[in-house]
Amino acid sequence: MRGKVSRRTIFAFIGPAVIGLAMVGIAPLLYALWTSLHFFNLTKLKKVKFIGFENYWTVLTDEVFWQAMGRTMFLLGTALPLQLALGLGIALVLHQPGLTLIKTLARLSLVLPMATTYAVVGLLGQVMFNQKFGVVNQLMGGANINWIGDPENAFVMIVFWDVWQWTPFVALVLLAGLTMVPGEIEEAARLETTSKWTVLRYVQLPFLIPGLVAVLILRTADTLKLFDMVFTLTRGGPGSSTEFISLMIQRVGFRGFDQGLASAQAIILLIITIILAQIYIRVFYKEVN
Amino acid sequence: MAAARTQSPLWGQIALLIVIIAVCVFPFYWMVTTSLKTHVVALEAPPVWIFEPTLANYREALFEDGVLRTLINSLVIAICTTGLALVLGVPAAFALARFEFRGKKDLWFWFITNRMVSPIVLALPFFLIARNLGLLDKHVTLILIYLTFNLPIVIWIVTDQFRGIPYDLDEAARLEGASQFRIMRSICLPLAMPGVAVSAIFSFIFSWNELMFGLILTRTDAKTAPAMAVSFMEGYNLPYGKIMATSTLIVIPVLIFALLASKQLVRGLTMGAVK
Repeated sequence: MRGKVSRRTIFAFIGPAVIGLAMVGIAPLLYALWTSLHFFNLTKLKKVKFIGFENYWTVLTDEVFWQAMGRTMFLLGTALPLQLALGLGIALVLHQPGLTLIKTLARLSLVLPMATTYAVVGLLGQVMFNQKFGVVNQLMGGANINWIGDPENAFVMIVFWDVWQWTPFVALVLLAGLTMVPGEIEEAARLETTSKWTVLRYVQLPFLIPGLVAVLILRTADTLKLFDMVFTLTRGGPGSSTEFISLMIQRVGFRGFDQGLASAQAIILLIITIILAQIYIRVFYKEVN
Repeated sequence: MAAARTQSPLWGQIALLIVIIAVCVFPFYWMVTTSLKTHVVALEAPPVWIFEPTLANYREALFEDGVLRTLINSLVIAICTTGLALVLGVPAAFALARFEFRGKKDLWFWFITNRMVSPIVLALPFFLIARNLGLLDKHVTLILIYLTFNLPIVIWIVTDQFRGIPYDLDEAARLEGASQFRIMRSICLPLAMPGVAVSAIFSFIFSWNELMFGLILTRTDAKTAPAMAVSFMEGYNLPYGKIMATSTLIVIPVLIFALLASKQLVRGLTMGAVK
């Protein structure tokens, strides 16, 4: 009985959204697929020609592409453990009873970094990490560190802002997990042992697993997407020290004008993303039939 | 109950919480104070903490450099794309929550994938298409392309909300002879309003915050506020006060919206994987 409606009714409800999203989400992808199979340079549009999978071959054997990919993974590998460790710490503090007022304030403060415009985070980085009149060097006791102009420091700075912006997300996800632990079970465990570690490992951790997996997958996807903040802060430099995958594709397509090659890179990135999304769905939306 | 627990010392906890709050809030404090400094004060080394505030940066940025117009552009684009996402997304969400049909699972997969795709993947072909169709630097281009992330989020959140409404209500209305559209509009939609509002807030925040498409697809007429803020960064003598004034103007509305939706923020950002 439930849910039996005519095909026409279903289409009337869902058709417009599907057509709309197909127009902006699929049509461009097909066009990118077409571009990726051609020699397609914005400055030489007269010479567009079909070259098969040559662009893909170039990408797959291109050191620069894999270096950017490796750099992106390295950023993830550096920032994510920090976010997890700090986030778990914050979640555990917020989970303790008492001090309601200041904890509410802390929870509200945690919302702010997450919502901040990426581009503004980059601009804040420019101002606060400036070597001469930046407040960061001042707070470090008048240090004279060149943050933006030095390859390694620039990378550290990107990690800092990524951690600043997304640790709150991890903290709130884990806090949501902690509040799922039934009160009686946690109480009973605390009567059995005084070790916080034991409680965390055997009682709370099982409730944190879904949140941890969500964080892992979404942070991976978001790091592959990362563009706005880095673009405003370092433009991928100095050299290519902060040129992550999305920035590199943008450079090849819009500053190198090679749309064919950039499209091939984008399609490969898309395939990686789809695999990731598959995993996400498998883990979280089993109940959707 | 709580008293029986072993707790870390109260003062330690308070100190920790204050550190957390300070780290989250300090960049905003620095942004606002820098925006109130004159150019000379902003370029003092080491930076000064106490100074005479001025609103000159805001006046110059808004009325002389055209930030006001870019803010209006951003506002128009964010509101239109949110409205469009709701008009298209709410009925689709109703169908996903209430009807059974083939391909439902694939549709879900597609919506969620859109949340994870890097915008650069779409930016390349969109730029070429918009250029061929003469749609560069037009508001409508951004309004449409922002649907790629707004529509999935609206559909996801509202579907979830519709699912929470008891089916008995639909049943009763149908026995009275109401059409599916009537059931959605008069019975389910009023009850789903909290979800609709939250999804609208999300959609607004994401559109308002977006930089890359704004940068690639607009030049002057439809330039968005984040793209404007970034264009101040060119050249050597950077107007830090003005940049921070513009940043403040951009960030304040999103922070207000985010605080309003703070309870649902995590849920929305994980597309419901975490309740």
